[in-house]
Amino acid sequence: MSMLSVEHLNVWFGKGHNRVDAVTDASFDVAPGESFGLVGESGSGKSTILRAITGLVPTWSGRITVDGQDVAKKRHRSFYKTVQMVFQDPYASLHPRHSVDAVLGETLHLHGFRDIDARVVRLLDDVGLGQKFRFRFPHQLSGGQRQRVAIARALAAEPRILLLDEPTSALDVSVQAEILNLLTDLRAEHGLTYVMVSHDLAVVGHVCARLAVMKDSRIVEIMDVDSLRAKRANHPYSQELLRNSVGA
Amino acid sequence: MTLLDVENLWVQFPTRQGVFDAVRGVSFTLGKERLGIVGESGSGKSMTGRAILRLIRPPGIVRADRIALEGVDLLGMTEKEMRAVRGQRISMVMQDPKFSLNPVMTIGDQLIEAYRLANKSDRKGAKQAALDALASVSIRDGERVMRAYPHEMSGGMGQRIMIAMMLIPGPQILIADEPTSALDVSVQRQVLAIMDDLVTSRGMGLIFISHDLNLVADFCDRVLIMYAGRVVEVCRADRLHEATHPYTRGLLNSLPRLDEPRERLSVLKRDPAWSEAPGVSGRI
Amino acid sequence: MTEQTLRQWLLTETPTSRRHARFSALYKGWLSFRGNSMAVIGLVILVALLLVALFAPLISPHDPFVQDLANRLAPLGTDSHVLGTDSLGRDILSRLIHGSRITLYIVALVALIAPVAGLLVGTISGYAGGWIDTILMRITDIFLAFPRLVLALAFVAALGAGIENAVLAISLTAWPPYARIARAETLTIRGSDYISAIRLQGAGPMRIITKHIWPLCVSSLIVRVTLDMAGIILAAAGLGFLGLGAQPPSPEWGAMISDGRRFILDHWWVATMPGLAIFIVSLAFNLLGDGLRDVLDPKDSGL
Repeated sequence: MSMLSVEHLNVWFGKGHNRVDAVTDASFDVAPGESFGLVGESGSGKSTILRAITGLVPTWSGRITVDGQDVAKKRHRSFYKTVQMVFQDPYASLHPRHSVDAVLGETLHLHGFRDIDARVVRLLDDVGLGQKFRFRFPHQLSGGQRQRVAIARALAAEPRILLLDEPTSALDVSVQAEILNLLTDLRAEHGLTYVMVSHDLAVVGHVCARLAVMKDSRIVEIMDVDSLRAKRANHPYSQELLRNSVGA
Repeated sequence: MTLLDVENLWVQFPTRQGVFDAVRGVSFTLGKERLGIVGESGSGKSMTGRAILRLIRPPGIVRADRIALEGVDLLGMTEKEMRAVRGQRISMVMQDPKFSLNPVMTIGDQLIEAYRLANKSDRKGAKQAALDALASVSIRDGERVMRAYPHEMSGGMGQRIMIAMMLIPGPQILIADEPTSALDVSVQRQVLAIMDDLVTSRGMGLIFISHDLNLVADFCDRVLIMYAGRVVEVCRADRLHEATHPYTRGLLNSLPRLDEPRERLSVLKRDPAWSEAPGVSGRI
Repeated sequence: MTEQTLRQWLLTETPTSRRHARFSALYKGWLSFRGNSMAVIGLVILVALLLVALFAPLISPHDPFVQDLANRLAPLGTDSHVLGTDSLGRDILSRLIHGSRITLYIVALVALIAPVAGLLVGTISGYAGGWIDTILMRITDIFLAFPRLVLALAFVAALGAGIENAVLAISLTAWPPYARIARAETLTIRGSDYISAIRLQGAGPMRIITKHIWPLCVSSLIVRVTLDMAGIILAAAGLGFLGLGAQPPSPEWGAMISDGRRFILDHWWVATMPGLAIFIVSLAFNLLGDGLRDVLDPKDSGL
C-alpha cells in the first residue's frame, strides 16, 4: 500500500479566460519510507503539486490519498499531523518577529502537545541546533540554521510524510551538504516518507530513489535513480535535462 | 595585457560590535580573460565586484593600494569621472534582471537611451544599434522585444537583454555577479554561451562572480577562491578539481554527484586558520 | 554585575531565556533610537510634558480657574505671572500646565481608538479578501471621502459639544488611513511562506491575524500614529477653537487660542502662548515618529 498517492491531479489558478493550468493530470505513488523526487524547470508545476497536497492551493481536482485515506478539500487538523512541509526560502519561511522558541512552542501547542518545553529542547537537538539557539530571532541565524528551524517546525507534529520544496536551493553548497545529511538521518530515525521538489538533479539523485520529470505542467516521465545515474531517459525532455545538468 | 589591476583591496563596514571587514586585502589582475571569483555567501565576492566600481554605499569604506583601469587609478577619480567609467568602460550585470531594468520603460527605449548616452547619435541610428545589440545576444525578433516592457520577458530573455544593454557602450570589462543563478539550467547554458562569445570576440575582460564551482570550472580561464574576505587559492579553471586548499577541496566534496552516489555527503569542517592565513595574490 | 558586562549581556547574540531575549531586543532598539538625536529631543519633550501633566497642581503657580479682573491681560513677565494673564485675569502659565492634561487625554484616547479600529478592519479585510474585503473597504472609502475636520464637525454637532465627543469624532475620522495601511501590509504578509507554514500547523484565521499579522502591522501603525498625533492635537485644538471641543472654563489649548483671538492685536501673548505649546508638542511627536520609524522597521533590525 502506498503512503501517498496522487491520481489525475489537476491544479489551476484563476477563472475563465485567466485560468492557468499549473498541473495537468499528474499521477504518482510514494511507498512508505520511500523518497520521491519531482524535477523540472521553474514554472513546470512541481512546487504546485506540493501546495495542492497540503491544501495551500484550494483549486484542484483529482484524487489524493494519504495512508489510504482520501484527502478532503477541507483539510482536517489530523491531516497536518501526518503531512508537513519545508519551504524553499528559509529567509521567508520564519516569522521575523518570532523567536525560535516561539515558533516551535506555538507549533507544538497547535498540535495539542503538553510537554512543550521538553519537546522544544528535543527538536532543537534533533536538527543539530542545540539550546543556545532557542531564544534567538531569525535575523540572528544564518540561512542553514534557519532551515534547520524550519525542519524542526515541520517535525514538531511528528508527521509521517515530509514535503520538501527545494529545501537547499537558497543555501551555500557546504550548508546544503549539512542539510541533506540531516534529512538523510531524520528519515532513517523517524521512518519518514519524503517528496522532494528540486531543479538540481544531483540533489534529487542523492536523496531520492525514484523521480518524476515535469515539463509544462505535466509529468513526462517517472524513472528510478539508477536510470538517472546511467543517463537512461526515455522522454526527449528528460534526456535534454540530463545533458544540461551533467555537463559539469 | 593588464586591463585591471587591484592591489590590497579592503572593504569595511563599521558596526555596533566594531569594524566588520567584508573584503580583506584582495589583490588580482585581469587581462583579456574570463576570471572567476567563487565563494560562499559572505565571502566578500560580490563586495569585491562592487568595490571596483566604487558602488559601496556609506558607511561602507573602500580602501586599496591601487585599483587601476589600464593604468589609471580609479580611487583617485571624482564621482563625476567615476560615472563615466561605470557603464562606459566597466559594465556590471546583476543576478536578477527584474531589478536592473526600469519597469515602466519599454526595452527599446532603455536600449536606445543607453546607446545615446554612450555615443552621439540620432534616434534612428541608436535604434539600429539597439537592434544589433539584441541580435548579438541571439534575440532574433528584436523589433517585438524593443516594444515590450521588462515584465513581459522571461528570466533568460531579461538577462540577455541586460547583457545586450551593458555591452552597448563597448566596455573593456564586464563584471557579472551571479548572472545566471536565477535561471533554469538550459537557459543558463545559453546565456553563458552568449556571454562567452561576446567576451572572446570583443577582447574584453570578464569578472564572473558565482557560488557555483562547476559552472566556474567550465566557463572561466582562471579562478580566485574567496573565503572570509580573502583569496585563499588561485588556480586555472580547468584544474579547479585538482585544487589543493582544504576549503576548496571541502566545497568540491560537499557537492552531491550523480556519478558517485554516496550515503552521506562530506561536510566542510571550517578551520579558523583559513581566515587568519594571509591571502593569496591573483596578480600575474 | 559591572556596567561593561551588563552591556555585553544585553548585546549578546545568544540569549539564554525568553526574558533575556526580550531585554536584549529592547536594548538594541534603544541603541538605534538613541542614534537619532532629533528623535531623542522629541522623546525628551514628551516625557517633560508627561511629567508636567502628572504634577500639574504642584508646579502651577496659580489656580487656573481663579479670575482676577483687576489684573486682566497682564503682559509677559508681570510679577508672578511669567506668561501674563488672559482676559479674565487667569494666569496663562498655570492654564497651559493644566491644559497639558487635556491634551494628553485627547492624544491617549484617540491613539487607543483610531489605530485599533483601523488595525481590526484592515487586517480582517486584507486576510479574508472577497466580499468581506469589498464591503469593509467601501465603508472605509466613504469615511475617507469627507474632509476630516468637516466630518468631525458633523459628528460633534450630532453628539453635542464636549471633550469626549470631540475625541470620538476625531477617532471616527482618523481610523480609515490606518485601515488602509493595515490592509496593504496584510496583503503582502498573507502570501508569505511563514503564514503558509503556520496554516500547515492547523492554525485558524483568528490566530493568524492576531498572533502573526498584527505584530508586523503594529510597528508601521505606531509610527503613523505618532506622525499623525500633531494633526490630532491640531484637530482637537481646532474643535476647541470653534467652541465644539472642550468647554469653558476648561484650559484646553485650542479654546485658549480662541479666547485670545479677540485681543490678538493688542495683547498678542494671550493667543500665542497656547499656540506655541501646541506647536512644540506637535513637533515633538513628529520627531519621535521619525525616530521610531527607523527602530521599528523589522527589515533593519538585523543590523
